[in-house]
Amino acid sequence: MATPTTQPGLFLEAYRRMLLLRRFELKAQELYRRGEMPGFIHLYVGEEAVAVGVCLHLSREDYVTSTHRGHGHALAKGISAREVMAELFGKATGCSGGRGGSMHLYAPDVGFLGTNGLVGAGIPVAAGAGLAAQLRRSGQVAVAFFGDGAANHGAFHEGLNLAGVWNLPVVFVCENNLYATQTPLRMATKNQDISSRAAAYGMPGAAVDGNDVEAVSAAAAEALARARSGGGPSLLECRTYRFLGHHEGDPGTGYRSREEVEAWKKRCPIALERARLIERAEAAETALQDIEREVEEMIAGAVEFALASPLPDAAEALRHVFPEAAGSAEAVWAR
Amino acid sequence: MATYLEAIREGIGEEMERDPGVFLIGEDIAVYGGAFKITAGMLDRFGERRVVDTPLCESGIVGAAIGAALMGLRPVAEMQFMDFISCGFDQVVNFAAKCRYRWNAPVPMVIRGPSGGGTHGGPFHSQNPEAWFFHTPGLKVVAPATPYDAKGLIKSSIRDNDPVLFFEHKALYRRVKEDLPAGDYTVPIGKAKVVREGKDLSVITYGSGVHMALEAAEALDREGVSMEIVDLRTLLPLDEDTVLASVRKTSRVILLHEDTLTGGIGGELAARIAEKAFEFLDAPVVRIAAPDTPVPFSPVLEEAFLPNARKVLEKARWLCAY
Repeated sequence: MATPTTQPGLFLEAYRRMLLLRRFELKAQELYRRGEMPGFIHLYVGEEAVAVGVCLHLSREDYVTSTHRGHGHALAKGISAREVMAELFGKATGCSGGRGGSMHLYAPDVGFLGTNGLVGAGIPVAAGAGLAAQLRRSGQVAVAFFGDGAANHGAFHEGLNLAGVWNLPVVFVCENNLYATQTPLRMATKNQDISSRAAAYGMPGAAVDGNDVEAVSAAAAEALARARSGGGPSLLECRTYRFLGHHEGDPGTGYRSREEVEAWKKRCPIALERARLIERAEAAETALQDIEREVEEMIAGAVEFALASPLPDAAEALRHVFPEAAGSAEAVWAR
Repeated sequence: MATYLEAIREGIGEEMERDPGVFLIGEDIAVYGGAFKITAGMLDRFGERRVVDTPLCESGIVGAAIGAALMGLRPVAEMQFMDFISCGFDQVVNFAAKCRYRWNAPVPMVIRGPSGGGTHGGPFHSQNPEAWFFHTPGLKVVAPATPYDAKGLIKSSIRDNDPVLFFEHKALYRRVKEDLPAGDYTVPIGKAKVVREGKDLSVITYGSGVHMALEAAEALDREGVSMEIVDLRTLLPLDEDTVLASVRKTSRVILLHEDTLTGGIGGELAARIAEKAFEFLDAPVVRIAAPDTPVPFSPVLEEAFLPNARKVLEKARWLCAY
């Protein structure tokens, strides 16, 4: 069987998606800094290869749970940039109607079970999605994205243990960016090889360069194929780095040296993949420029849509605690 | 005759027969049948795919139930003791409770289990933790007092498309029994019930309090005093109309619960009565609840701690003489 990593055009698509994630985040940063965006946001810049490398191998029917740093997962799984951007602005047209914001993006129609402001909380939920897939024999898989900080949370243990003992079709993807907010991993756990913890749950574990989308893609394809074929869960640690601060407004230095940040920026996953595509003659310079223009247009369209969209009616604050139009949201179960 | 425990088991079983999406998940519920045997026999009836034993991990159980519910299944998760729900608190109050509001996402999940004292379980196995969730918009909180209501409400809870916390009272499991109607019936969530008509004073209560009040009411009858008893049955959403109607009728009210006093359901009821029925009151609102301490273990201490019919009777006499 040809592995998905050998599909022609796969990495050109990976490049397009990584660029979309990057440009989206930098535009959000710009708008936030202008004071136009309420609340607070955690940007995914530098980690794009992880979300994209994994989601390349997921269908709309597969499920993903995400984190507080989840715009990239949402976009990579297929929520439109327009709906995500509008939600960041708290607009009525956002994917959560403005009631959630950055850390509460959700789109069941593309299998996205939420960004999540509670560290680690999505891990057992992904196990539950995997359990439902197994009980129904639906062939779906679930992926939990989480950071190195979540790996030290109790929910990590409970979720991986359940998936292990029940042999669930789940891939646990740890985005190890070396810092939980500002606390370095070395101060948070003695065994910093997070992938090695897989052994504790009786599942395969692998660590890959999280800035190399092809490496992430290959490891994810293997783990997902195992999950789909009844081989059970896996833990995939992607070692990466956020180029920006923890949240927008955090300079990202002080707890990290400038040298360290600069060294990682030289390993930009997008630049790395662009150079490879040219070197291997998988894409012409003009084709890449076309993609870049297309992404810019998509982001511009998303911003325009978000800014032009209406704010929610204030009366909406009191609605939606319980269902109003029965059956509307429930229709997604027919999938 | 069915006990409260058997009524719950019957209700769950009927819903599992009716809807293949209903499944059970919890600690020692399958082979062992649950710590209190609510799910005894379910494994044989429905098989291991629908009666799932878990490790000891409440956050994992609730989280997995939410994930399955988001995909359209109807998990019924057991907390071995409702006290242990604290270990899954984040999943309940942050994730599950807010899915509808944030995303219009249904989470058709029931979390059920034994609560309450009177069995000498001590501080971690006797609590009535319903008020933790009464304060959380997006949840439904149910606490039946009788076998009829327990069966009808567990069935409604399983059919509900939002997360329901179902507080069983463990001291009632085998103590109360009654004949149940044959065939399918449900009891609506969000509807209180006047279980005893009266004219001189009202007791608003739920769970074990209903039985304390009924016992006190009989003694008061012999003294020529007529007590009305309202069983809330559902705490959230609260059936305020039934409560206020009773207060307006009798003008004297006792708010009774086994949970501790401060921050309990009674405080909220007292506030609403003061706001909306103040001019109907002939006497101060009276609360009867456990004192603000952990639930003590030693039977003599626990008896002193728990409300009972005698305490209700004393307060009722005082209130009627006011």
